[in-house]
Amino acid sequence: MGKTLFEKVWNNHIVDKVEGGQEILFIDRHFIHEVTSPQAFDGIRKRGIGLYDKNRIVATADHNVPTKDQHLPIKDELSRLQVDMLTYNCKEFDIELYGLGHKNQGIVHVIGPELGITKPGMTIVCGDSHTSTHGAFGAVAFGIGTSQVEQVMASQCLLVQRPKTMRIIIDGELGKGIYSKDIILYIISKLSTSGGTGHFVEYAGSAIQSLSMEARMTICNMSIEMGARGGMIAPDETTFEYIKGRVYAPSGEQWKDAVNYWSTLYSDKDAVFNKEYVFKAEDIEPMITYGTNPGMGMGITQHIPTTQEVERPDNLLQSLNYMGFNPGESLLNTPIDHVFIGSCTNSRIDDLRIVADFVRGKKKADNVQAIIVPGSKQVEAQAKAEGLHDILFEAGFELRGPGCSACLGMNEDKIPKMEYCVSTSNRNYEGRQGPGARTLLVSPLTAAVIAVKGKVVDPRKYLNQETFV
Amino acid sequence: MEKFSKLLSSAIPLIQENVDTDQIIPARFLKATSREGFGEHLFKDWRFDEYGEPKSNFILNDSEYSGSILVAGENFGCGSSREHAAWALVDYGFRAVISSYFADIFKGNALNNGLLPVQVSSNTLRELLAVVQLDPMTLLEIDLEAQLLRVNKIGIQEHFEINTYKKTCLLNGYDDIDFLMSQIDKVSAFERKYIEF
Repeated sequence: MGKTLFEKVWNNHIVDKVEGGQEILFIDRHFIHEVTSPQAFDGIRKRGIGLYDKNRIVATADHNVPTKDQHLPIKDELSRLQVDMLTYNCKEFDIELYGLGHKNQGIVHVIGPELGITKPGMTIVCGDSHTSTHGAFGAVAFGIGTSQVEQVMASQCLLVQRPKTMRIIIDGELGKGIYSKDIILYIISKLSTSGGTGHFVEYAGSAIQSLSMEARMTICNMSIEMGARGGMIAPDETTFEYIKGRVYAPSGEQWKDAVNYWSTLYSDKDAVFNKEYVFKAEDIEPMITYGTNPGMGMGITQHIPTTQEVERPDNLLQSLNYMGFNPGESLLNTPIDHVFIGSCTNSRIDDLRIVADFVRGKKKADNVQAIIVPGSKQVEAQAKAEGLHDILFEAGFELRGPGCSACLGMNEDKIPKMEYCVSTSNRNYEGRQGPGARTLLVSPLTAAVIAVKGKVVDPRKYLNQETFV
Repeated sequence: MEKFSKLLSSAIPLIQENVDTDQIIPARFLKATSREGFGEHLFKDWRFDEYGEPKSNFILNDSEYSGSILVAGENFGCGSSREHAAWALVDYGFRAVISSYFADIFKGNALNNGLLPVQVSSNTLRELLAVVQLDPMTLLEIDLEAQLLRVNKIGIQEHFEINTYKKTCLLNGYDDIDFLMSQIDKVSAFERKYIEF
């Protein structure tokens, strides 16, 4: 029987099998950041053991950093302490750190790929659930807890139960104004927030193959939002083209060997998946969430389900009560207070280009505060070089320094209580963007159109003549 | 890690489904650099209003309910991988969470901190939530060795699954790092043969 892409990569990293079916999985790259690493470093010290291999760890500060005045000392004392602690720990253990102000600093899932650290066939972990992003390159990448961060530091391995496999096929062609964010929000709305639990997902089909690497990252990024352990896409020419020439990409003879190996990473024709779903790209509209988990999404022209249409009306009502919406209503024309463009889901250069292309020569609505937080220093520099910063600034967007920012509201970038934020991030949980904040998840284009119109609208009605694709 | 063998306790019913780790502990309380003290912020925005006053309609603020077992709606612990969620539950005093479904990362984090996730059928969960809500003094017994959940009051005796390795760890208070360090020669041997591109 043939093997799935997941099995090929996973099997290549098995050190041993142990009691109870757990496996010892070798980890190629370990990304760390300031929030989920300090207790792991403490553990290593207490045990009196060192790191297994410091060269397999890369650190950056992203979750907790301010996005304004990044050159100044961090004002919030606890945040500063946490970021300083990362610097201190990386110094003590001699780990490569892209700290605040470094030209490579940024959201961990943005910098890994852009530096060429992320490559097909790798196992990649990080104390962050959106590590699944790196699966876009055909890597087995997943989020772990801090105890596991410590495990990997100590042994370069994880003791894990092999997940089941799932394939989600999207065939066909996306309509105009519809992006990969809409694909993944559509999938999650169909499978629910727990539909992928226990599984590792492979995304396939013609609609997936036609996507750029950045668009693929958006899809894999949100795999965790349906409960999946991770998501991946078979590497192809698009993948190789993206990696080529990046800082940590192989070159010369090594490049040829690497591409030869990477080209073997696909699911064999007779490979069997534990679960399989097929969707049509033509059925996907621009998506928006109306509730308090990422599974509560719908096409932007649809209506919120009625209590008769759901299994648990009490859960729906609790969610809608928080959001200030009613069952059965449409969200079109709902006034919006904030637009946030950023996060490891949608803060890459393509995302900024899509937004800038739409808002060029326009102004954001007066009732909207719009902020753009690039995913990394490199994205920020590229946006400046292309003149996107000027376009966005003139349209009334506030441009910030890189970091996780209002996606999780750990720093001061919080959405005030009961205010509506249309966001390109990944989670709309209660209080995610600040206590009482109400989040509506959308694609960067939809966010840009809503920022200009000041209310929820169908972006397809306002597309420019020559929209950037 | 603290050993876990048997637990006999009353329970606190949390009927919400899809409880995510942002609710268990909001991101703004993740700034600490130690594992202690997170219990204070457990379910912060459900427990307290913006002035820091306890919300009377939240179950943890209802003095009738107490115990070291949380009985929670389906799909508990989804979302962020933050282990702080498990730390907060343990720090607050929970030793076990019962639900009909757990998110993967949370489940792993719980097991690594001596917090036992007990997965039961949807029917059992419904019965448990009902009986505990009705009578807060209902005692639940969790026997890890036998992998049994017993509620004598309503005649429930349900087997639950747990990975045998993880079970040994919990019964003895070992953790994964102790085990992996004992296997480190195998890791080095693997790495010598391993080709990375």
